[in-house]
Amino acid sequence: MIERMKQWISRINIGQLIVLCFMLAMMVMIMVLPLFSLFARAFQSNAEEFVGLENYQAYFRTPALFRSIWNTIDISLVTAFFSTVFGFLYAYALTRTRIRFKTFFRYVALIPIFIPTVVHALGLIYLFGRQGVITRMGFEIELYGRIGLILSQVIYTFPQAFLMFFVTLEYADGRLYEAVEAMGVKPLTRFIKITLPEVKFTLINVIFVCFTLAFTDFGAPMVIGGSFNVLATDLHTQIAGLFNFSMGAVIGTLLLTPAIMAFIVNRITNVANMGAMSAKSTKLIIKKSRGRDVFFFILCSVIAFCFFALIGALALGAFTTLYPFNMTLTLDNFRFNPAQGGIGSFFNSITMSLITAAVGTVFVFAYSYMMEKTNGLTALTKIGKLFSILPMALPGMVIGISFILFFNTPTNPLNFLFGTIGILVMANVLSFFSVPFLTATGALKKLDKEFESVSDSMSIPRWKLFYRVSVPLSFPAILEIFMYYFVSSMVTISALVFLYNPTFRVASISIAHMQAAGDIAQAAAMSLLILVVNVAVRLLYELAMIFIKYKTKRRES
Amino acid sequence: MIHAERYWKIQLASLVIFVGMTMFVLSGCSGNSNQEVSPTSGTITVYTAIESELVTQFLEAFNARYPDINVNVVRDSTGVITARLIAEANNPQADLVWGTAASSMMVLEGMGMLEPYAPEGLEHILPMFRSEQETPTWVGNVAWETAFIVNTVELARLGLSIDDIRCYEDLLRPELTGHVVMPAPASSGTGFLTVTAILQLFGRDTDAGWEFFDRLNNNISQFTHSGSAPATMAATGETVIGVSFGYAGITQQRRGVPVEIIWPAMGSGWDMEANALMAKDNIHPAARTFLDWAISDEAMALYNESFPIIATGGGNNMDGYIGNPVDQLIENDFVWIAENREAILARWAREIN
Repeated sequence: MIERMKQWISRINIGQLIVLCFMLAMMVMIMVLPLFSLFARAFQSNAEEFVGLENYQAYFRTPALFRSIWNTIDISLVTAFFSTVFGFLYAYALTRTRIRFKTFFRYVALIPIFIPTVVHALGLIYLFGRQGVITRMGFEIELYGRIGLILSQVIYTFPQAFLMFFVTLEYADGRLYEAVEAMGVKPLTRFIKITLPEVKFTLINVIFVCFTLAFTDFGAPMVIGGSFNVLATDLHTQIAGLFNFSMGAVIGTLLLTPAIMAFIVNRITNVANMGAMSAKSTKLIIKKSRGRDVFFFILCSVIAFCFFALIGALALGAFTTLYPFNMTLTLDNFRFNPAQGGIGSFFNSITMSLITAAVGTVFVFAYSYMMEKTNGLTALTKIGKLFSILPMALPGMVIGISFILFFNTPTNPLNFLFGTIGILVMANVLSFFSVPFLTATGALKKLDKEFESVSDSMSIPRWKLFYRVSVPLSFPAILEIFMYYFVSSMVTISALVFLYNPTFRVASISIAHMQAAGDIAQAAAMSLLILVVNVAVRLLYELAMIFIKYKTKRRES
Repeated sequence: MIHAERYWKIQLASLVIFVGMTMFVLSGCSGNSNQEVSPTSGTITVYTAIESELVTQFLEAFNARYPDINVNVVRDSTGVITARLIAEANNPQADLVWGTAASSMMVLEGMGMLEPYAPEGLEHILPMFRSEQETPTWVGNVAWETAFIVNTVELARLGLSIDDIRCYEDLLRPELTGHVVMPAPASSGTGFLTVTAILQLFGRDTDAGWEFFDRLNNNISQFTHSGSAPATMAATGETVIGVSFGYAGITQQRRGVPVEIIWPAMGSGWDMEANALMAKDNIHPAARTFLDWAISDEAMALYNESFPIIATGGGNNMDGYIGNPVDQLIENDFVWIAENREAILARWAREIN
């Protein structure tokens, strides 16, 4: 027994174990314990007595609530389908064809993640509402309800799908394509036999990410969902309408199901994906094909046009006195009401987002590194990977309420964080953890495992390897994560509504308040400001990337 | 390579400094400065559901009188504010609640979260605007009441005039099919008070109210989650009639939108914006000062500029009211409402939406 213990200890690295445990402890602190304090209520009555599964029985006996599950699955499936297809085609166009204006198209695809989801719905109302620009041209759709929801969810999830496919398709092994070319394989067969298997892993991830995001989003259903109830709006009704935290907790746990399924599927596909990239890959040379390029150019143009129409509609609302009744141009909508946080909230947002991005990037990257590169300890890394995927399925309201229940007890040693910007940062780091984790893991998977073996055999400490090799080599991914955190924190609403302190308001909450108070034009104006900042930050990022590429090139030569 | 190594060392160092600074800022924000605590000075935290632009206006008046009391305001919809208060029950962050629905106050009272307090001037408040105890747990400021917000431009397109929309039955007109929006009673206070009013008006022991909603459902294009959303939708022409509350329509009117506010002839369902002191270990004396001010003549006069019905019963008339505005309010049986809340909402979910 002691022999075996000794063997086990000799195989693992104590330093690694400590760091890994520290990472897991952080996740336990910011996610598991707070969630537990809310989800425990799913098994309690509102008087906080243990009632077992009674709440679940009550839930499934209520047809109105039960119907929401089907509604949610319905729109999430349709959303996942369209986002995946369009995301793939768009990414394919930018990586595997010779169309022009690729950089431009790449930017346009990201527009939706630069503005809050509530605002997608607002834009759609300006376009397709009863007084919408397009409706007035005579093209009418029944916007409020299922169709509007699907539209706004596709807009919301498309950029995520596109980004994930883009990263995968960009790295192609040219040798494969040269080989099949030489064998005279038809393009369609080539697509099915090579391109699809290449993206199989990403494809599954994309479907689940889109599905889960649509499954849990709350902003769009509130504004555009009409009488079409989904789980996220039911959650809101239970907590902020009926003050029934127990039933709210029940719905919160139901919202986690897709993420847990994603984890299981991920575990299966992960194994099949081993060794897809090799150090010997060559750059893919794209052949000329006029038909293909014309098709993809038109496709990209149509999608880009849709996003521009959305922004145009917002601008129309923001710069006119009172759409559609008074179309005089004005800048008054940019004079924000100080009661709703005013322009100060805009700068607060930038501060909060910068801190979130800095803290989040460090945490996510170190976390992913430990999950990816630890030798052995698979039980712990499996738990860590499960933790990493759950945040995606947590609606902001669940995070907000859990944080209050957990951190706002006088006995909690972290109670001092409550009511500070610190709690907002923590909520954001957690809310947006999953996608950066996937990005970081993807980047780390591409680094040769040899690095670790070599450094271990030469007894170079891992931390040295980490910051001298892994970090520099993954720098593009790190910047990408920073960007993602920044942009997402600028636009997030629902968790913060429960946590912000009166002296520190942020712009996204102001937008939600403006929208709720009927100041639609001001909400549109504030969204445009956020959009401008997010685009500016993205441009800085691109400049940084060019600079890095230039430096590496110089070093190589 | 040496260059690269130094480069990354600098990167790492700056990162450490950055994170350190962040921590410093974070911990700096949390420490409460030692301010003097007295009835006329100090910092209090107020949770409210009063509309943002009014909060600013009211607080200016308050601070003109009490310049040394610093008021931090958390404002959100009634539902979110109440949920936040309930979640924070273990360690209340708010010193007092200001202008939040009486129905929410009853929930908070039931959880023992409110401290009874009789603010100065309580004797001027009408009995229906305060809780029943001798020392009340909550006291109302103003009433908010069911009103139809009608877009006159869009209404004319349907061939109707504003005089055709006077009472609840008018919402059943066949021309209005798909042109009425109302808030859902489960998620919106306005929705709930409207539903309970109609059930009471049509006879709460009969099914007449339910039959009305059954027919109304044909004309409803959607049930919203927010009480002010129907007013906004009427203002932007997204619907012709929005069932909402008076003030939501007044704000839209002030913007110059072509809407009229109709208070239904049979009477309006209503709830009030009420104030209460939070029960906690250290009650800030300035919180009591604020509660006194909140029902003072000065405050009531300010409320009255935006709300026709104030808790002292007086007040000026606004367009659309004939006679005393308080008469517009139906006789609300709050006990019956509270007792039947779950049953009503369950039946609503089963039969209507």
